[in-house]
Amino acid sequence: MMVTSKRRFFQRDQNVGFLFTLPFTIGFFVFTVVPIAYALYYSLTNYDVLTPSVFVGLNNYINLFTGDAVFWQSLRATTIFSLVSVPLRLMFALFVALLMLRPSRLSSLYRAVYYMPSIMGGSVAIAIVWRRFFASNGTLNALLGLLGISSSYAWLGHPNTAMLSLILLDMWQFGSAMLIFLAALKQIPQELYEAADVDGAKRSARFFRITLPMLTPTIFFNLIMQIISAFLQFTKCYIITEGKPLNSTLFYVVNLYYQAFKYYHMGYACAMAVFMLVLVGGITYIMFVTKKRWVYEV
Amino acid sequence: MLNHETRWSKIVYHTLICLMGVVMLYPLLWMVMSSFKESKTVFLTANSLIPQKFVLENYANGWTGFGGTTFATFFGNSFYIAILGTIGGVLSSALVAFGFARFHRFPMRSVLFSCMLISMMMPFQVVMVPQFIWYKKLGLVGSYAALILPRFFGEGFFIFLLIQFMSGVPQELDEAARIDGCGNLRIFLKIIMPLCVPALITCAIFSFMWKWEDYLAPLLYVKGTRNYTVSIALKLFCDPASTSDYGATFAMATLSVVPTLLIFICLQKYLVEGISTTGLKG
Repeated sequence: MMVTSKRRFFQRDQNVGFLFTLPFTIGFFVFTVVPIAYALYYSLTNYDVLTPSVFVGLNNYINLFTGDAVFWQSLRATTIFSLVSVPLRLMFALFVALLMLRPSRLSSLYRAVYYMPSIMGGSVAIAIVWRRFFASNGTLNALLGLLGISSSYAWLGHPNTAMLSLILLDMWQFGSAMLIFLAALKQIPQELYEAADVDGAKRSARFFRITLPMLTPTIFFNLIMQIISAFLQFTKCYIITEGKPLNSTLFYVVNLYYQAFKYYHMGYACAMAVFMLVLVGGITYIMFVTKKRWVYEV
Repeated sequence: MLNHETRWSKIVYHTLICLMGVVMLYPLLWMVMSSFKESKTVFLTANSLIPQKFVLENYANGWTGFGGTTFATFFGNSFYIAILGTIGGVLSSALVAFGFARFHRFPMRSVLFSCMLISMMMPFQVVMVPQFIWYKKLGLVGSYAALILPRFFGEGFFIFLLIQFMSGVPQELDEAARIDGCGNLRIFLKIIMPLCVPALITCAIFSFMWKWEDYLAPLLYVKGTRNYTVSIALKLFCDPASTSDYGATFAMATLSVVPTLLIFICLQKYLVEGISTTGLKG
């Protein structure tokens, strides 16, 4: 009986889809649903991995928002980083994509050169280079020396310039955004520009009235994805500045990592993770709600 | 006159692009060239790209690694994790994508599809701490299984990309095969998979590069110098306790980006296509 009903289930052709997607179903449950349930549960406890967890109610959340200056510092640093680096990066990506649009025999080489940093930018190797680049005896000061400016300024030792070095690293990796813009630019119908020419439109009008509106869906997509990924940065901060000086460049995830794996405040770190989930979800939600206002859709 | 102007604008254009290109590549060039300088002169000659004396000793020194474990082990570990994870991730994602792309009415399909989109957007950083607690209970901490095993259950981004690609494969091919007596599994293996090779390559490239570069996950789950990946080992050069052999540091840093660079050079077409069509981050 059991066997026949089972057989009948999979004989209905469509139901086989369930079987094919089964790995994902299991994986999603085990590697995403369970951890999120864990995060919700452990965020209500004190837990240091070694001794059993102690239920403390909303204490972790209350501490997070009222008693933890470092948490606010990390939130501030990450917000500044995301809000400065992402728009700059996108603007730069668009600017270079517009330059690349011009047909030339060398364009594929140029594209490769500009794209190269962005495939390696997240690696530890580049982070180490960056750290030495901005050191007081590093490359930047040496290059300034060539210009006759003798400097031993510790770029990473001062809050503003330390943040600047991280932002520069992020901007340097504009390559993938550039490629996405380039693909989108090529899809704008040429008739629009021809019509504009007939009407005697200036270059600036062509850009602001045709190119930019036609690109808004792409800009929108990039904005969401990159603000979120900027918010989740870890390696750069962890290796280049370690959050110094005075926590001015302490990124949220690095703070989360320290709480969990340096101080073993697992419960507290879970509360931070839950807050991060709410925040990332919130950013995405706001972006989608306001999307209609400024995204031109065909 | 007009001809003259376009030639000038051409020169200005190419000069501008090349100058910016030099700035773009400078940090990379600096890393590579520093690895050929005598270690003690790296920062004395930081303003120059060309080594005063061209040496290879940094590579030999760096390769010896830490505490008796050489970089051969670290590279082996990284390749092992990245390759196995990539195989698992791409194959399982293809299987799941086939389920979504070819079957439109099965129980819970729309719920599962939403879950797939959620898993695509769900950052590792959000689940890393609770996942660590969970893996500790499962006994996965300190083993590569924590890094590799989850890959065998499909990855949101790749599932999404492959669904899009498979939807472009004509349904008539499936039907023809079905009439010839092919079952679903054979349709998947003999018809869909061969036609999806370009998309599979794109997924494999991204998967490999992300896993090769990954630092955070190995930092949590890899224990003991012998099991370190290249990225974890590189960080040891930065630790205050280690001797600051900058030549060796840059030599190993250079080697660590070689696999990425080779993929970039050989498979650029797939990379560029993958990014432009899906907006996957490189």
